[in-house]
Amino acid sequence: MSVAPHEAVSAAIAAARKGGRTALVGFLTAGFPRRERFRDDLAAVAAAADVVEVGVPFSDPMADGTTIQRASFAALANGVTLPWILGEVAAVTATGGAPILLMSYLNPLLAYGLERLPRAAAAAGIAGFIVPDLPFEERAELKAALDREGLALVQMVTPVTPRERLERLCADARGFVYAVTMTGTTGKAAAVPDDVLAYMDRVRAAARVPVCAGFGIRSREQVDRFAGHVDGVVVGSALVEVLERGEDPRAFLASLR
Amino acid sequence: MTSASGAAATAAASVPDRRGRFGPFGGRYVPETLVAALDRLQAGIDRYLASEDFQAEFRSELATWVGRPTALTHALTLSRRWGADVWLKREDLAHTGAHKINNAIGQTLLAKRLGAKRIIAETGAGQHGVASAAAAARVGLPCTVYMGAVDVERQAPNVGRMKLLGATVVPVTSGDATLRVAIDEALRDWVADPEGTYYSIGSAVGPHPYPYLVRELQSVIGREARAQMLERTGALPDAAFACVGGGSNAIGLFHPFLEDAGVRLVGIEAGGRGQGLGDNAASLTYGTPGVLQGSYTLILQDEHGQVRETHSVSAGLDYSGVGPEHAYLLRTGRVAYEAASDAEALDALVECARYEGILPAIETAHAFAGARRYAASHPGARILIGCSGRGDKDMPILQRTVLEGLA
Repeated sequence: MSVAPHEAVSAAIAAARKGGRTALVGFLTAGFPRRERFRDDLAAVAAAADVVEVGVPFSDPMADGTTIQRASFAALANGVTLPWILGEVAAVTATGGAPILLMSYLNPLLAYGLERLPRAAAAAGIAGFIVPDLPFEERAELKAALDREGLALVQMVTPVTPRERLERLCADARGFVYAVTMTGTTGKAAAVPDDVLAYMDRVRAAARVPVCAGFGIRSREQVDRFAGHVDGVVVGSALVEVLERGEDPRAFLASLR
Repeated sequence: MTSASGAAATAAASVPDRRGRFGPFGGRYVPETLVAALDRLQAGIDRYLASEDFQAEFRSELATWVGRPTALTHALTLSRRWGADVWLKREDLAHTGAHKINNAIGQTLLAKRLGAKRIIAETGAGQHGVASAAAAARVGLPCTVYMGAVDVERQAPNVGRMKLLGATVVPVTSGDATLRVAIDEALRDWVADPEGTYYSIGSAVGPHPYPYLVRELQSVIGREARAQMLERTGALPDAAFACVGGGSNAIGLFHPFLEDAGVRLVGIEAGGRGQGLGDNAASLTYGTPGVLQGSYTLILQDEHGQVRETHSVSAGLDYSGVGPEHAYLLRTGRVAYEAASDAEALDALVECARYEGILPAIETAHAFAGARRYAASHPGARILIGCSGRGDKDMPILQRTVLEGLA
């Protein structure tokens, strides 16, 4: 029996943990810095990370800080679209590598059509979606559509999510729970105080799938602080900057382990 | 009026539902970080908005600080020129020069009750920025205003006013550097401090409960105008016109008339320089459904769901989306929406200034352009125009456009 895509995501994180590592979820914006390099960049990240998030650029990235905003606007100027991304991702998933999620604001998904999106995404080898402007209360239609193909809809929780709500969100999560480390946008490096670790512990106690911390994770020191409190960490803006500088993403991800 | 539009009128008075839906439109599409903040805002609205304590303070501030009720002016010369009976609801006479102050003081009084430590706001034309700065100064809270860099330049007089009123003005340079990116940046600020910061949104847009809250605070316009029309003319208007960017002055004027099925309500959008994507800011006329900045509404977007830059001569209408209640009122047919071009608006502005001694904002002039068009095909009609703001702030752009032509 084949494993559902959302289970493959959870399993990839669990496998890293079993190997004594904190899993690395690597994020890159599709088509940035160069459209023609995206397939190679994606393959490199998929070879070095445990799970990959591919950012679908959007005109109004309200949850993102300056790096991913810049990457989004540049990718749009490069003519990157969701149909193009699906084609590029399909070429990479055909050769194996880490499970790939799409990180997209809701509107590009609505424009593509929620009816045809899940099948097209599954056909491209995509394992699920992260939609930062789709809160729990508004997600029913997309969730039902993704469930038909066994795709994950990764749930985000934050330090200001009330406890009772946190439990409701975690109970229903698939793939992994994306525990945002702070109030704020992506990319800004932050210290990891004890109360953040205590919050991660609460998330983990409530979750039935792995928990990954994300936002502002840039260094080995931060990854070490989170070790034992989460199953994985999401590295986004820092990885986008590595790619922007033309450096090797494999070496950077290895430096975080 | 048909019975179908009568039913539409009744249905329109009872939205939104508890999830912030106006029919299919509205809702709450925000990062998880803001959900609890919006829940607190909703709880604050439930607790305070209808309370006698809040309403007494709000009414008192409107009367003694804003200067309400604003006048209803009989536009005698426009009436003669247009062959109609034209009345102006003078929000341009409200403190700080536009209707924006009704919402700004209301939200700031609410923010104080919610224990906010600072106010943030976005602004396009600068009117909501000035109103927010003034309200924050009045209530005693610090204020930061996000404003597109292009708007900072074209509405320079208002930037100086905000600074004098004690606000910090942050120019936003991303995208087309106008209202939409200012809202994005204000949302990012709020995400960073959802507990101490109160986001005072300037139009009937954004996630639930903002479109509802702004409508409730702006409905004073239509309540006053309705009573004043009855008192002065003994009848309701045949038609009422308001300009629509995000749509706060329009919903404020229209809402108290929704159940008056005999009153035709018309919102006038910014037709800019043409019908093409990017040439106008007329989301209701040319837009398609999508999610922008917290709500499902009609937006100007490309086939891939990317929100497109807009064009309008008026900074206050230069926005890719529109309040979800307007999308709903368009769909039910209760309100009609049309576009007026840059040229039509400037022409109407000059006419109003020359013949009524009133210099309206360029935004407001769009409503005059729509009303003039209506008068041409409805001789003798009694017309109410929402004169939403004054045009002093527009002097730099008027200098470059109409004044050069007059010279």
